[in-house]
Amino acid sequence: MIRLRVNGKPVSLPEGSVVAAAIALSGLDATRSSVRGEPRGPLCGMGICFECRATIDGQPHQRTCQIPVRQGMEVSTDAG
Amino acid sequence: MTADAVVIGAGIVGAACADALSTVGLRVAVVESRVIGGGATAAGMGHIVVMDDSEAQFALTHYSQQLWRTLSPEMPAELEWDPSGTLWVAADEEEMQAVAHKHAYYVARGVNVEVLDAAQLADAEPNLRRGLHGALLIPGDSVVYAPCAAAWLLARAQLRRASLLADRVISIGRHSVHLTTGDRIESPNIILASGAWARELLPAIPVRPRKGHLAITARYPGFLRRQLVELGYLKSAHGHDTESVAFNLQPRTTGQLLIGSSRQYDVTHTSIDAPFLARMLRRAIHFMPALEHLRVIRAWTGFRAATPDSLPLIGPAPGREGLWLATGHEGLGITTSLATGRLIADAIAGRTPAIPPEPYLPARFPQ
Amino acid sequence: MPANFEVVIVGAGPAGLAAASAAVERSRRVLLIDDNPAPGGQIWRGEGRQPPRGVETWLETQVLGPLRPGLLMADRAGVPAQISYEKLILATGARERFLPFPGWTLPSVMGAGGLQALVKGGLAIEGKRVVVAGTGPLLLAVAAYLAKRNARILLVAEQAPRQRVLRFTANLWRQPAKLAQAFSMGRYLALKYRTGLWPVSAHGNGKLEEILLSNSRRLACDYLSCGFGLVPNSELAALLGCRIATGEVLVDEFQRTTRERIWCAGEPTGIGGAELSIIEGRIAGYAATGDRHSATSLFTARMRASRFPREMDSAFSLRPELRRLVHPGTIICRCEDVRFSQLTSHTTWRAMKLHTRCGMGPCQGRVCGPAVEFLLGCAPEGARPPLYPATVSQLALDRQ
Ligand SMILES: Cc1cc2nc3c(=O)[nH]c(=O)nc-3n(C[C@H](O)[C@H](O)[C@H](O)COP(=O)(O)OP(=O)(O)OC[C@H]3O[C@@H](n4cnc5c(N)ncnc54)[C@H](O)[C@@H]3O)c2cc1C
Ligand SMILES: Cc1cc2nc3c(=O)[nH]c(=O)nc-3n(C[C@H](O)[C@H](O)[C@H](O)COP(=O)(O)OP(=O)(O)OC[C@H]3O[C@@H](n4cnc5c(N)ncnc54)[C@H](O)[C@@H]3O)c2cc1C
Ligand code: FES
Repeated sequence: MIRLRVNGKPVSLPEGSVVAAAIALSGLDATRSSVRGEPRGPLCGMGICFECRATIDGQPHQRTCQIPVRQGMEVSTDAG
Repeated sequence: MTADAVVIGAGIVGAACADALSTVGLRVAVVESRVIGGGATAAGMGHIVVMDDSEAQFALTHYSQQLWRTLSPEMPAELEWDPSGTLWVAADEEEMQAVAHKHAYYVARGVNVEVLDAAQLADAEPNLRRGLHGALLIPGDSVVYAPCAAAWLLARAQLRRASLLADRVISIGRHSVHLTTGDRIESPNIILASGAWARELLPAIPVRPRKGHLAITARYPGFLRRQLVELGYLKSAHGHDTESVAFNLQPRTTGQLLIGSSRQYDVTHTSIDAPFLARMLRRAIHFMPALEHLRVIRAWTGFRAATPDSLPLIGPAPGREGLWLATGHEGLGITTSLATGRLIADAIAGRTPAIPPEPYLPARFPQ
Repeated sequence: MPANFEVVIVGAGPAGLAAASAAVERSRRVLLIDDNPAPGGQIWRGEGRQPPRGVETWLETQVLGPLRPGLLMADRAGVPAQISYEKLILATGARERFLPFPGWTLPSVMGAGGLQALVKGGLAIEGKRVVVAGTGPLLLAVAAYLAKRNARILLVAEQAPRQRVLRFTANLWRQPAKLAQAFSMGRYLALKYRTGLWPVSAHGNGKLEEILLSNSRRLACDYLSCGFGLVPNSELAALLGCRIATGEVLVDEFQRTTRERIWCAGEPTGIGGAELSIIEGRIAGYAATGDRHSATSLFTARMRASRFPREMDSAFSLRPELRRLVHPGTIICRCEDVRFSQLTSHTTWRAMKLHTRCGMGPCQGRVCGPAVEFLLGCAPEGARPPLYPATVSQLALDRQ
């Protein structure tokens, strides 16, 4: 199992999972807030819509549906 | 059809002309072949900036900036008006001396300016690299989103009976223009505001396209506060080398950063020159290493209409009765559009202009 | 500094994998690139497909655009890379077409393939109430997959009318493999399958709670998995200067584009399904390595396989009612939150973009472009680098 944290909350899930799945597992439906402040979650699951963006290890605007979970990752959905 | 004035082109300059001409009571027809504000106006940074390369350039940019500021309270949100000011960044002592010169120049002309030392600069823009020597702050400069500004100026003109035709002017006759549809518009005043395309209708006009690249990032609110321009820009941008890049970084109200700038003569294709874009971005990273990790979502190019003396062509076309030129604004057409509109309208209406129009008259070039 | 290859293949779905296995027969310097963590593309995602032996494979690698002729720039798992090629095969696949309706921006409303991909990526679906909707055989494949993972499939809503779907299935006898694949849904799913039905709106507070259907029924659910066909990914081809017509990359019988040294196979040349993509991929792989004989031997197979997509196209064409789902306030551009009412006064994509910010966000119109094309009849033209958002340092890298 891979352990990581989403907004500080620990979650663990099998290797090969993507970060978007970890965010859902942490209990969140939305991965980001839109430019007018609406909650948004993943749409395409294949890296083209950018709705699943979150901050990973301090880097904003990462597409969480494309990025495999890695041990010790810090994911944050707070930035827009 | 007939009109009191026909404006060819609905870029920021054409739109400003239409606005000003309709204000003095003329019935204006604007002809635009593509998208309103879709030419150089859609490619430019929209920095409303005072400049001092020459007395004439200062007079025009300063006057126009005041006109922008007067309009700003009425602007709708999509114009993204942002009075964020400019920091002219000095990388060495020589440039710091230029800061002192500029400071004296602007103070003498009543422009509010401030000199920042190295520590104040680092404080003002923490993402700049260390070791810079200081900067000149011009708080009165601002930023606008020019395509929407053009549309807004046109909409104002339309409220004063101006009409907009989606068509292309194929030739300019005596007191008339001919359209692709076979129609013609008769008018005592024809204003050529087709930017870098001006040569298509007037081959002898002393205007050369000068290509520029820009890149825009995703949203990084708070990363940058003011528009940053390297003082070396003055050495590179206004020289007439065939190619140059300079650090020029702009914060947008969206939280995005617009990264410039580059200049290339004698290139006509609109595609991105990736190695050249790379050079421009390396220049930006050189000043602001933290840019490295930010994401660029799009890059594009545009063409400035450059003249031999870097001043625009505003006024009657020599030897062509009724034809007025409003082009050749190079890298400052968004700034100077409003002043251009006023100068043209004043001349046509026989009013005294607010600044001397002579330096911009097309007649300064031999035919 | 650039990595040098004879054949570079962009995309490791069915077409790209097939191209690689054909190309490697004659070339020892084949590179296969894909932005996913594993090969397989959309259809074989998560199935542990292996690249052909002898083919170098770069995963989590995104091609950002051409740097100059024969040289690509890429992001290889966060590291800038340059790749030089003698021959290039584009196998960039397709994406889903999403159509806006009120509530489509709520979290848990996803693409049909979108939800499937996320479940393959570890999203827990067991026991969740799922409605699969939209159009095409993909809906059934998705529903079958989700059912196997113990999702509770409440409904599979196909917008196409019953007669057209029936005619399509009747014609499938000529394609036994397809028939088995698409309609081996079993009794459980057959009972949930409805034609002539589509979602009208989605509702919920901060996330999806229920949907309203075109038959006026309301249905409470956890996920709406909703896709309206596929759109070719032709942006890279466009950047490379290949000719594109109605969104599809133009190729000759050897899958050669209008550009020297560039071939294209699979969905970018037209939506055709995996079987056709594989054949096209092999033809491109052979043609690119000079094996015209092997390439030519596949022409009849390609002709046979292209019948299915043509029939599919006509069976699952989008009904006009879908254009009337949007309200003035419905968001069309999700990146920039541009509403339908902001777009209707403009007549070209470029005007919409410049004056409303539609398509200006990080997806660069990949989602709203096809939607606007369907709703208002104008489409994005051309493409600009980078193909995907790239760091400043990646774009600042040059060969020197
Ligand atoms: C990279 C770059 C950065 C820039 N940054 C700045 C900046 O920060 N600040 C600033 O002040 N300026 C800037 N500029 C300069 C500024 O963008 C231009 O000077 C200004 O937009 C010129 O406006 P225009 O209306 O003359 O031309 P355009 O916007 O090009 O408008 C001309 C219009 O005429 C139309 N047209 C042409 N021919 C015909 C015809 N025959 N019939 C009908 N219509 C026709 C075209 O379609 C077009 O819409 C920049 C320019 C570039 C390229
Ligand atoms: C302040 C600002 C912010 C922006 N922010 C974003 C953003 O966040 N996201 C984003 O995606 N874009 C953004 N843009 C870019 C904008 O949407 C366009 O990309 C920009 O207008 C450049 O157009 P293009 O060349 O990419 O457009 P294209 O769609 O490629 O069209 C350019 C058209 O202009 C023609 N053209 C221009 N000049 C000439 C000439 N002299 N001669 C002949 N043809 C010419 C070309 O032939 C072509 O048809 C921004 C622009 C500005 C000014
Ligand atoms: S869900 Fe679309 S990019 Fe990740």
